[in-house]
Amino acid sequence: MSETTENRALENRATPDAKTQLDIYRRMIRIERNDDATRTQIRRGRITAPYYSARGQECIPSAISVLLNNDDKICTIYRGIHDMVAKDMPLRPLWAEICGRVDGTCKGKGGPMHLTHPETGVMVTTGIVGSSMPIANGFGWAALLDGTKQVTVAYFGDGASNIGAFHEALNLASVWKLPVIFVCQNNGFAEHTRYENGTSVDQISKRAIGYGMPGYTVDGNDPVDVYAHAHAAIERARAGEGPTLLECKTFRFMGHVFGDADGYMTKEEKAEAIAKDPLPIYRQKLIDDGIATAEELDALTAKIEAEVNDAIEFAMACEYPSDDELRRDVFAEEIPA
Amino acid sequence: MSTDTLDAPVVETVKMNGLQAINAALIEAMEADPKVLVLGEDIADNEGGGVVGVTRGLSTKFGTMRVRSTPISEQAIIGAAIGAAMGGYKPVAEIMLMNFTTVAMDMIVNHAAKLRFMSGGQSQVPMVIRTLTGAGNQTAGQHADFYEAWFCHTAGIKVVIPWTPADFKGLYLSAIQDPDPVIIVESGKTLFVPMDVPVNQGPIPLGKANVVAPGSDITIVSYGQMMFTVMQAYEELTKAGASVEVIDLRTISPWDKETVLASAEKTGRLLVVHEAGRNFGPGAEIAATAQEALFGKLKAPVGRLGAPYCSVPFAKKLEDAFLVQPPEIIAEAQRLLAMA
Repeated sequence: MSETTENRALENRATPDAKTQLDIYRRMIRIERNDDATRTQIRRGRITAPYYSARGQECIPSAISVLLNNDDKICTIYRGIHDMVAKDMPLRPLWAEICGRVDGTCKGKGGPMHLTHPETGVMVTTGIVGSSMPIANGFGWAALLDGTKQVTVAYFGDGASNIGAFHEALNLASVWKLPVIFVCQNNGFAEHTRYENGTSVDQISKRAIGYGMPGYTVDGNDPVDVYAHAHAAIERARAGEGPTLLECKTFRFMGHVFGDADGYMTKEEKAEAIAKDPLPIYRQKLIDDGIATAEELDALTAKIEAEVNDAIEFAMACEYPSDDELRRDVFAEEIPA
Repeated sequence: MSTDTLDAPVVETVKMNGLQAINAALIEAMEADPKVLVLGEDIADNEGGGVVGVTRGLSTKFGTMRVRSTPISEQAIIGAAIGAAMGGYKPVAEIMLMNFTTVAMDMIVNHAAKLRFMSGGQSQVPMVIRTLTGAGNQTAGQHADFYEAWFCHTAGIKVVIPWTPADFKGLYLSAIQDPDPVIIVESGKTLFVPMDVPVNQGPIPLGKANVVAPGSDITIVSYGQMMFTVMQAYEELTKAGASVEVIDLRTISPWDKETVLASAEKTGRLLVVHEAGRNFGPGAEIAATAQEALFGKLKAPVGRLGAPYCSVPFAKKLEDAFLVQPPEIIAEAQRLLAMA
């Protein structure tokens, strides 16, 4: 049985070096450009898909992913394309999947809510709130049995901390000392319900106390803060000391789902959140700190835009899956026609 | 028949019950394959080796990293099994009673069953869910239901309900090595009645029914502990002069259509008997399939017997009335037999 841990401040803060900071920014801008392109393509009617934008949340998976190896795993949710892009999932199969084409990572059978790409460690994307966590535990158990230092990150939102799966998963992960990092991207709203109207504590990280693991509330818009806490959590997991709960506070700029009118938030609070947009702030910081010049960052953005555009055009040119796919992958053995 | 018997190879058998057969299958599977894991509530020896002792001895033999007792957290149990299965292992997860699968339905139905399809074949979830159920012990409304129809209705998970200890051994060996999720239902009586099991009982393929008794007048299909009831009716019907073919379905999904339809075509009469509710039960699917395939070839409508549309009751008198009994099977079979 673990000792009861206090919800506390991190003692030894790791800081990202210049190269890592630039890598975090690269991932953030890749997410932002990809998200912008997705919304544009939906608006233009070129794709029809349910889309849950993570605009505003770019920093969290970016600052975490620089600490993950390719074989470290993530289990994420329907608002999770930013988590995959941060994990460096290639954009061509990602876009082909969003477009429902046979060259998509899931042959067009999963779509944006169920993207999977084991080569980059994107193991599960679930459309069910909270369900990334119990499955992440299984990968953690497998890593312990394999004797590797591999870790699994379970991403979820603030709303998911109120579903039973969260509580079952955190308890089991703690009892079994699993190498899992539970990352709550707290954007202030569970679908349309304001945080305080649905959650019993002022900080989700406090719930870690009840499960005997460290819990931290982090500024999810500050790459350096997310990095420091993720570093501690990942080191702890790799050392066999068990799981950590990270609550990364952020805001989603585009509502719950594409087309959401945001009627449940005030214009003022949204404007205030957008004023704290992590992208321009971090860009300016990199320039101010002499890590990169404006020209270098513009060139990086242009390169990423080209990658995104290439992926879109690739996807649009792909074929749709054949109807035979309905009989495939139900089981390992194809169902006879 | 006597010459066949003389010529048949002598199979050395041992008497064991279902519980011992499953235990033997798990040990054999774990010895042969280090990737096989077992998890569930109270399953390790520290906690008694399972609520009825099916997993007794396993944690002592294989260690508590491979044989892990869990908290009472069904979602966490199935979730951990899914992740471990996708991570290269072959977990056997126990959900103590079938009614408790309801609290893990998201993990079973939305995840275990669908991850292969939704990922376009990139993910595979080779796991077994063991679960116990069945009326007859006055455990009433929340400890005895047969919910196999729910799982049969879910694409991507196989459903196995064995009757004999030999089948338990063989079907478990197959299910553990199957690349897809399999739920195996252990019905109360099937765990405790000893029968002959071949000493070297190997894997029995999933999806294959067993013709338990050959006959020419009527086909009775059943599975799980209801097979005991069917066999009592079979004795009576045979004594009364009917030639009854009895089929133990063993795997409910995907079910062995070929064997059942060939038999029904031969006898011209089909009766399906199960403990699950008759409404929307597996018998409805079998009956519909039979009438589609054999319309005009059957001498009687397909008969279906199952539990009435109510919860499993507590009072012994009501429980006896709830369960299909031999006289009902005999009466229904005779009604069908009377049709030309």
